[in-house]
Amino acid sequence: MKLRRRQRERLILLLQYAVFAAVVAAVLSAADWGRLREAFFRTDIIASMFPRVIVVALRNTVVYTVAAFAFGLILGTVLALMRLSRVAPYRWVATAYIELFRGLPALLVLFLVGYGIPIAFPDREIPGGVIGQVAIGLGLTAAAYMAETIRAGIQAVPKGQMEAARTLGMSYLTAMRTIIIPQAFRIVIPPLTNELILLTKDSSLAYLLGVTAQTIEITKMGRDTLNDMVNATPLLVAGLTYLLITLPLSQVVRRLELRYAKAR
Amino acid sequence: MSARPHQPAIEIRGLHKSFGRIEVLKGIDLDVGHGEVVCVIGPSGSGKSTLLRCVNLLEEPTAGRIRVGGVEVTDPDVDIDTVRRGIGMVFQAFNLFPHLTVLDNLTVAQRRVLRRDRTGAERIAREHLARVGLLEKEAAYPAQLSGGQQQRVAIARSLSMAPQLMLFDEPTSSLDPELVGDVLAVMRGLAEDGMTMMVVTHEMTFARDVADRVVFMDGGGIVEQGPPAEVLSRPRHERTRSFLSRVLDPSHVAGPAAEAGQLIG
Ligand SMILES: Nc1ncnc2c1ncn2[C@@H]1O[C@H](COP(=O)(O)OP(=O)(O)O)[C@@H](O)[C@H]1O
Ligand SMILES: [Mg+2]
Repeated sequence: MKLRRRQRERLILLLQYAVFAAVVAAVLSAADWGRLREAFFRTDIIASMFPRVIVVALRNTVVYTVAAFAFGLILGTVLALMRLSRVAPYRWVATAYIELFRGLPALLVLFLVGYGIPIAFPDREIPGGVIGQVAIGLGLTAAAYMAETIRAGIQAVPKGQMEAARTLGMSYLTAMRTIIIPQAFRIVIPPLTNELILLTKDSSLAYLLGVTAQTIEITKMGRDTLNDMVNATPLLVAGLTYLLITLPLSQVVRRLELRYAKAR
Repeated sequence: MSARPHQPAIEIRGLHKSFGRIEVLKGIDLDVGHGEVVCVIGPSGSGKSTLLRCVNLLEEPTAGRIRVGGVEVTDPDVDIDTVRRGIGMVFQAFNLFPHLTVLDNLTVAQRRVLRRDRTGAERIAREHLARVGLLEKEAAYPAQLSGGQQQRVAIARSLSMAPQLMLFDEPTSSLDPELVGDVLAVMRGLAEDGMTMMVVTHEMTFARDVADRVVFMDGGGIVEQGPPAEVLSRPRHERTRSFLSRVLDPSHVAGPAAEAGQLIG
């Protein structure tokens, strides 16, 4: 049998689909659906988690994430500018910081911020309570990653942009702020979104700081409920709740990118 | 910058510029008078851009002095941002700010640097947009404009800062031929209004018709200069002749230099 290339390719593709479908069907039919539903989908437990999982846990997760992202973004931008500075010590400090914090687990940094700073400065408190601690504890690590991303973004802006801005009499910092950084951020929106999504999930580390009923976030609530009920349904709820954040986020970013495409 | 009439608008003395070990400008002396239009011509790599970029300190001279409107820009204590405000520059690659609308391109520096309020800045911006014939494009983004339109916006952007002199670095070299005319027309209008201009260009017709003086550079130095009729039609130096013949008749690599003069004259 002699097939033309087109036909052969189509045949192979069909075969792949068929194998994939067979595997999925086999797994699904072998699973014990009754027990699965009992363990992961008890409607009474789902009902019992609402509305707190949204109005408290999801809200706190968003607040922690946004706070850590904002802190990381500001610090990361400063670090990026230091990395690009003509002043050598600025570059050394920024490089050392980035290397150090990219090498440390976020959990460890958060722990050090949550418990180390109160010991080091007993009379002072990180403003904002748990939110402030999470913002700094996770933001310190995020800043190291974001700094490298932002630096690459700044360097991707053509040199002529800075020259044109300086020629119009702008100072270096004014040119950076009004001309270069806005363009750099359009370039780095996709990688920064990644960072935001990672932070959304890392915000679950807030439990380390001993959260209360008011400051609880999604994962902690899922685990607490799991322990109370001796049932895994809360994990499913927690997972879906995260998707409530991350899926729309991706959509928003896609829109932003489309809008900026016009002004590029 | 006070512009006293007996002082030239630009005064360049003993200008040297090296990049690493390579000396690109080897001692340039040049004056540009108020309201004078000087066209700088010369082969690629001869240092024309570097000369222009030294005037507004985009490049830092290795040695020598440059005064603009009586202010020594090479003085280490000078406030370079203040000096640059008075010097417009138009680039080969336009360098419009792509994230800003045309109007914002013209107002951003007025507002941030000159501290004009929005209404005032926009009024001035629209005056200059009208002058370059692009008033109806104020809401567009640069990417939506043709190259010729972008370059005219770039000129209007510079003019919005009320500069005392304008530097042009091959403003039409990256334009499609049919778009060159509009940009040159704007520059011609500027020259007629008495703007002091230093123009690096390969547009010999423009140089002949508009320039008060043509400067021919080669190998990092000024080879000869004078009124366009002399330099372009009766060049004294062999290097000028061979350059002109190459520019004017690119298909004849080594055409007789004398013919070049006749073609232009
Ligand atoms: N930033 C730079 N670093 C190193 N060499 C440079 C730089 N800018 C220009 N040059 C060199 O200086 C010489 C003159 O360049 P340029 O002034 O751009 O010439 P032109 O504008 O006449 O074509 C060229 O050989 C170029 O390679
Ligand atoms: Mg050049």
